[in-house]
Amino acid sequence: MFRFRLDGSSGVPPYLQLVHQVRQSLLLGYLQEGDRLPTVKDVAADLVINPNTVVKAYRQLEHEGLAGGRPGQGTFITATGSPVVPEAQAALREPLGRWLRDAEAAGLDDEAVTALIAVTRQDMRKERV
Amino acid sequence: MTEHDAGSGVPALRAERLGRRYGKVWGLRDCTLEVPVGAVAALVGPNGAGKTTLLEMIIGLLKPTEGQVSVFGETSRAGTAGTLARVGYVAQDHPLYRDFTVADMFHLGHAMNPSWDQKLAVARVDALGIPLKRKVKSMSGGQQAQVSLTMALAKRAPLLVLDEPVSSLDPVARLEFMRDVMASAADTDLTFLISSHVVSELERICDWLIILANGHVQLAGPTDGLLAAHQLLTVPRDTPGAELPGTAIHRTDSDSPSYRHSTVLVRTGADQPAARSRPGWQVDPVSFEQLVLGYLQHQSTPMTHDDPAQAAQRPRPSTKEFTR
Repeated sequence: MFRFRLDGSSGVPPYLQLVHQVRQSLLLGYLQEGDRLPTVKDVAADLVINPNTVVKAYRQLEHEGLAGGRPGQGTFITATGSPVVPEAQAALREPLGRWLRDAEAAGLDDEAVTALIAVTRQDMRKERV
Repeated sequence: MTEHDAGSGVPALRAERLGRRYGKVWGLRDCTLEVPVGAVAALVGPNGAGKTTLLEMIIGLLKPTEGQVSVFGETSRAGTAGTLARVGYVAQDHPLYRDFTVADMFHLGHAMNPSWDQKLAVARVDALGIPLKRKVKSMSGGQQAQVSLTMALAKRAPLLVLDEPVSSLDPVARLEFMRDVMASAADTDLTFLISSHVVSELERICDWLIILANGHVQLAGPTDGLLAAHQLLTVPRDTPGAELPGTAIHRTDSDSPSYRHSTVLVRTGADQPAARSRPGWQVDPVSFEQLVLGYLQHQSTPMTHDDPAQAAQRPRPSTKEFTR
């Protein structure tokens, strides 16, 4: 069964963190169409969060067409998404791991890494235009 | 369980200009607020803010000096059976009879509450691994808190009032206790009112927030809406208060030689979500903790700024405009 986690220091509202995790897991193929998400009660108890936060996240997922509720059964993944194929994932992960180690050695923390990726992506987009 | 909708139907709790005077001193005054059915409401404020006074009037232990409080539309009256049946109460020190066993406590609960759910009570302590034969005095603080919560849940009252329920517990017991409260909230239509002064622990748990200080409600409403209606501005220190958007709640000045700036918590209102940023200004969303601390400090240290316009802008400690 899929399990959520929460990062208390991220500053991202908890309900959005839940939504992001489902989106990411769909992209990475950890979640697939037909998979059942844990019940509102299970998530609320597991993470010790307000059940309405979970309700709000599931509503957002339904709104985005990624999940749907089946009466009496729970909330299920309804989208296939377009997951990154496992082979491509593995191939991309290896050089990324090397790069991240280099970045760490150069003294970059998580925030600096994220900033660097964002800036580089922006530059790439500009070049394309 | 469904997400509650403020303003529809009878609220679980409503206080109207509620006040209580102790001799010449008002413990709570002009308290107007609502909590919708199904909410998990946090009541925060420093010691002496009036939290316990408010709670005791809700559960019918204390008679209001003025105004009134109602639970599911019925006015709470001190010492009446009807009021006591509508509200479950977990007191700060989990008062249980030390020489009683869990079974004895349940027997007492059964005798005192017509709607007592013995099955629920037994199933809950069983799930927690607390034997019915265990005496209160040989239980840990966490177990005592859990038995208190079980007693309140088995009463089948639609509103549960928890006064500093975890303040005496260690971190693991706190988490386990709140885990059970969240599971109960998910399972049922119960409305919870939880008082605490540990702000950080409430953020994930509550969807409704009431800030009390100096005997007055400073802020009350849905947590999401309140967070969206406030912003944190970082502005040059010499920015006059009158130039700030919305209402300044709390201002902190930094005096570092290189960067003289002020951080200001402002209420911009829900319909004006993004305060316009100007060159040299930074606009950030406000966190739960910043919001609560801002309002509490706003009370204890009034903004003594060179700008009289700012003092005039300070919101009066009234609740009307916040209870939307």
